[in-house]
Amino acid sequence: MRLAEAWRVASDALRANRMRSLLTMLGVIIGVASVVLLVAIGTGTKQTVEQQVEGLGSNLLLVVPGRLDVGSAPAVSPLTLQDVEVVGRVVGDPGRVAVTVASGATVRAGTRQDFTTVQGVLETTPTVFAREVARGRYLSRSDVDTGRRVAILGDSVARILFPDREAVGQQVNVAGVRFRVIGVFAPLGQSLGVDRDDEVHIPVTAAQRLYGTQRVDAIAVKAPDRERIDELGQRIVAELNGRHPGTEFSAVTQEQILGVLGDILGILTGVLAAIAGISLLVGGVGVSNIMLVSVRERTREIGLRKAVGARPRDIGVQFLLEAVLLTAIGGLVGMALGVGGALLVAAVSPIPAAVTWWSLALAFGVSAAVGIIFGVVPAQRAGRLDPVVALRAE
Amino acid sequence: MSGTAAIEAVDVSRTYHLDGVSVPALRGVTLTVSAGDYVALIGPSGSGKSTLMHLLGGLDRPTGGRLVIGGRAVSELSPPELARLRNETIGFVFQAFHLLPRTSAVDNVALPLVYRGVNARQRRERAAAMLGRVGLGHRLDHRPNQLSGGEQQRVAIARALVTDPTVLLADEPTGNLDSTTGAAVLELLEQLNAESGVALVMVTHDAEVAARARRRIAMRDGVVVADSDADSAASPITGSAGAGGGS
Repeated sequence: MRLAEAWRVASDALRANRMRSLLTMLGVIIGVASVVLLVAIGTGTKQTVEQQVEGLGSNLLLVVPGRLDVGSAPAVSPLTLQDVEVVGRVVGDPGRVAVTVASGATVRAGTRQDFTTVQGVLETTPTVFAREVARGRYLSRSDVDTGRRVAILGDSVARILFPDREAVGQQVNVAGVRFRVIGVFAPLGQSLGVDRDDEVHIPVTAAQRLYGTQRVDAIAVKAPDRERIDELGQRIVAELNGRHPGTEFSAVTQEQILGVLGDILGILTGVLAAIAGISLLVGGVGVSNIMLVSVRERTREIGLRKAVGARPRDIGVQFLLEAVLLTAIGGLVGMALGVGGALLVAAVSPIPAAVTWWSLALAFGVSAAVGIIFGVVPAQRAGRLDPVVALRAE
Repeated sequence: MSGTAAIEAVDVSRTYHLDGVSVPALRGVTLTVSAGDYVALIGPSGSGKSTLMHLLGGLDRPTGGRLVIGGRAVSELSPPELARLRNETIGFVFQAFHLLPRTSAVDNVALPLVYRGVNARQRRERAAAMLGRVGLGHRLDHRPNQLSGGEQQRVAIARALVTDPTVLLADEPTGNLDSTTGAAVLELLEQLNAESGVALVMVTHDAEVAARARRRIAMRDGVVVADSDADSAASPITGSAGAGGGS
């Protein structure tokens, strides 16, 4: 009954000061909405990246120089095509080994040009990475062996260079060298605002000549046996470490890449949530402030309630409820706005946003907690007021 | 007159400490309020009568002496216990009414019952009955700003009495009312005092009002300077009812 009275009085007080209540709630609303929205963006980004890594193909093993860790600097690769052969022998099937040596380059066709990523690769790439050619063909063994100047264009590159005719069979100029287009990839689409069809594949041998290098950046292996993927990785690393003293190699699986990326994006999401949490904290200070005003305004009422038998606790609970009501309503509105904002962002921008239940629960729980934490001091102050002094207040 | 003691004060003092300075507001007051009594507390401003009222009502604690309200020693009670004692034993009527705004008359009257844990239906019943007794049975759902001053004070009186207290403490209950309305309110208080046996202790500046009380206690400088009961027992100067009389 006392609680019911406290509830009635608290909601009545908020209604009596509509504008003030609304403005105070606004701080909480903005805080909760930003927590929900930013966590949704963080989560959405993480999901997209993970899907992309998974989309690379299964049983994938990436062999790179250096250690794959958060915070470790990328090393210059000492890998050459001889190493690729060695890896092929370790795997037992050269068809399961792919390489890349990548660089940004300008690709021209007539008066049209596009700055894109040009990757030197083996003919094994479609097998290892599950890529599809929509028109024409991919590289052949002999293209690679002879360093033939042929290219497969990403869908976007083909559209930019040859907007009104078929790209396959045309000539393109890559960093000053002429290549013949022999195929166009099936489109992959955009992700995280990055155009995944903005690339050109050429034989790794041609790329090495073009860039003046003997090196390859990384080796990828499609393991024949999922169970023994780690063991295979260890054998490859041991072999390569023996061939290149002084360089430590890593063979990482998709799971490990997912783990590292998950860590990075998890930290990012946490940082975003924390920043949004600060605005929630500021909203809480606003609640505290307005509750002190409310206590001061209603000092005589507090005095009277005490005179007729309200205990300090009764008064405290009444004001605490008022604060919690403010932040809880603010929290609900903020959640609705955050979800709406996330849907909007996902719909109209390339940024993915995925609303999660835990972020909603967290945001609401935190806003209610903010009400309690920031309501306690004003409520205690109200509860401890001397009734004689309170009754005399103006 | 007498009966059992509703409130008993023995050598009660109250000293305020303001910025390190001790200000004695009461300096040793001894008096007993009996059940059903009708007492006027008179004295000039600053004489300590308001302080005494607050102490008698359990709103404040003495800094010295012994104060027993409803059989319980105030100094031994925790704040929640004191709150409960106020709720059960004392009814307050203030000069400025102190009704809750935006709250109907019946809800204002029912307020003390909320803190007693009475359920909503019974609260309304008892509050409505009490409003009937003060002549406002037709004004249950009016809000304070829809009521006249006299009506507002009647609501406050109903609120003070809805818990069946043993003592009704009224601080200048007619101070904010015109003389006709004030007289009617005073009559109501006297009638309730006579009917229900609640002791009525009233602080007043008005000599005419004080003259109607059965007993008059005059205060000055924090001490009782005249008590018509005690005086009648010691020396017969009962007639001096004027403010500050007897000094």
